[in-house]
Amino acid sequence: MLTFSIRRLVLSVPTLLFIALVIFLLLQLAPGDPMAQVPLTVPPEVKQKMREALGLGQPIHVQFWKWLVQMFWIEPQVFIDWLTNKSALFGWLPDTDLYTACGGAVEGPCDLRVISWQTRSPVMDIVVQRLPQTLWVVGMAYVVGILIAIPIGIYSAYRQYSVFDQAGTFITMIGFSIPPFFTGPLLIVIFSVQLGWFPFIYDTTHVVEDWDSFVFQLRQMLMPVMVLALQTTAQISRFMRASMLDNLNQDYVRTARAKGLSEAVVVMIHVLRNSMIPVVTVIALGVPAIFGGAIITEVVFSVNGIGQLLITALFANDLPMVMTITFMFAVLIVFFNLIADILYGLLDPRIRYD
Amino acid sequence: MTDPMPQTPLNALQEPEITQPARSQWRDVWDQFKHHKGALMGGGFLIFITLAVLFGDLIWQIDPKKLDIRNKDVRPIYTAIWESDAKVSWANPLGTDNLGRDQLAQVLAGGRASMAVGWAAMILTMLIGTTIGVLAGFFRRLDGPLMRFTDLVLSLPILPLLLVAVTLFRQPLRANFGPEMGMFILIVGVIGVTSWMQAARIVRGDILALKEREFVLAARAAGTTSRGIIFRHLLPNVLSPLMVSATLGLATAIITESALSFLGVGFPSDFPTWGKMLADAVPRMQEYPERVMLPGMMISLTVLSVNYLGDGLRDALDPRIRGR
Repeated sequence: MLTFSIRRLVLSVPTLLFIALVIFLLLQLAPGDPMAQVPLTVPPEVKQKMREALGLGQPIHVQFWKWLVQMFWIEPQVFIDWLTNKSALFGWLPDTDLYTACGGAVEGPCDLRVISWQTRSPVMDIVVQRLPQTLWVVGMAYVVGILIAIPIGIYSAYRQYSVFDQAGTFITMIGFSIPPFFTGPLLIVIFSVQLGWFPFIYDTTHVVEDWDSFVFQLRQMLMPVMVLALQTTAQISRFMRASMLDNLNQDYVRTARAKGLSEAVVVMIHVLRNSMIPVVTVIALGVPAIFGGAIITEVVFSVNGIGQLLITALFANDLPMVMTITFMFAVLIVFFNLIADILYGLLDPRIRYD
Repeated sequence: MTDPMPQTPLNALQEPEITQPARSQWRDVWDQFKHHKGALMGGGFLIFITLAVLFGDLIWQIDPKKLDIRNKDVRPIYTAIWESDAKVSWANPLGTDNLGRDQLAQVLAGGRASMAVGWAAMILTMLIGTTIGVLAGFFRRLDGPLMRFTDLVLSLPILPLLLVAVTLFRQPLRANFGPEMGMFILIVGVIGVTSWMQAARIVRGDILALKEREFVLAARAAGTTSRGIIFRHLLPNVLSPLMVSATLGLATAIITESALSFLGVGFPSDFPTWGKMLADAVPRMQEYPERVMLPGMMISLTVLSVNYLGDGLRDALDPRIRGR
């Protein structure tokens, strides 16, 4: 198991490099010009200089290499510096000073971070600012979705073809079919416009300090979370149901019943534990997908998270930002694929990778 | 010592009496399919929608792009039931938008674009997926590289890449093929290139199992070329899983196109699609919620019917379930 995990971990490095290369080449092929917004009165040779200042004058492989160095060598240095200097967790460690910012006063070699073309500030700083909003909404939605889906899946499998099962099947079918850019506006029309219960713009500057502000935070999170959770629920309850059905007809279930175990013990302990094995891997595999799906939900509810950052960066031709965020999505996918494989091996003793 | 011969050896050779007429496979499939009510309704609705968007403009002949500022913001005709002084007119039964464009004509035209993208992208997806799956399954030497490649593509972040591709390549394709055709090619292309992986895996798995069967050996012994085996013996046998996968592909393609239009990176602004109508209606949904509902319902109902159709097809095409 350990060798398998290490092998997969090592193999994920070339995968990620390949993905980074694909994204990079795609962006290179693109005809967009970051100087498109600069006024026409600026002479072409000045524009050329500005392009070179952004690092565009170099050949493609040099640009790619520099991006890799910035992403995997300089950004970790900044992160370690932040950990040892400012963070609460590792602040007791001696302060490190690995990263040398470039500036007028700096003599000798200095480190350039990945800089956004829109704001001229480091991309990772902006990402770190935006990340909590996305994590709160997306993470909460995923947890809520799973918590709803698993009981539904268990009960519809236990009472297969009952009214509850039929209704559950229909609702999951709807959850599959209605896209989030329709459920979002639909919920807004019903609950914000007609009933006036919830605000339809997510206020990210809101700070939770007392009970009232906490209630407000809950109210503004409810709708985006519901939209995202509907998709999760639909998928996972289907998987849960199928997996329970597979197990309910097995011989060991009959044995357990014949031993005189109560129905609750049979279903909730024997069957459920075995049925959770594939479901857990599906849950792990779904995490990156929901980050991608959150792009649309964030636009609908004006949550200024990662997805919205990607969209605005795209429209502004901010290639370093687009590159970095897309690559982060890819890292999430590769990482959670790895987690799913390892979990599957850990949970199911029949699976042996070596 | 051999067994004694049967008394009437010729009896064993005689044809047993045929009690039922021979039934083709597709007849069986249809019989099973008929029992799935959701699938029947889904299929019926899909045919209805397809016919409506194809031939609807012969019946409802208003130009969807015609601006009629004097008749802007007309509510749908049913609004008059509960709001007697609402601005309604029989000339625009589903109302008009803020530029006075007829909503019914727009839904028909938008549906044509959405369905065209959906079908074209689905066919492209199936073509790429089947080709890669057959190559990987049939030629052992290609199996490893092609499947590693599939795994790599599977770990690409699809929606962000779609957004990147569509935003960045809009201009050159528009310049070469015109604004509408260029966008059509681009969207169909990117959806096709990014969603063939499931089909490829399914086809490869089936081909791997099929090519060890006796009928393939017999075909090879009879001197059939690899090409002949693939086209005459293997492809017809992977048709049923492909059809199920194709319905899923159609649903995904319609949703993806609408999502791109919704995010504002789809077709040009005067070219209606369902996603675009939905996106245009969202800023004013407080006053005119029906303009959000109409395209949203169309997308959802179409995708729902396609999904139900796929569900029914899966049951009908599975010989283990059929006949129960």
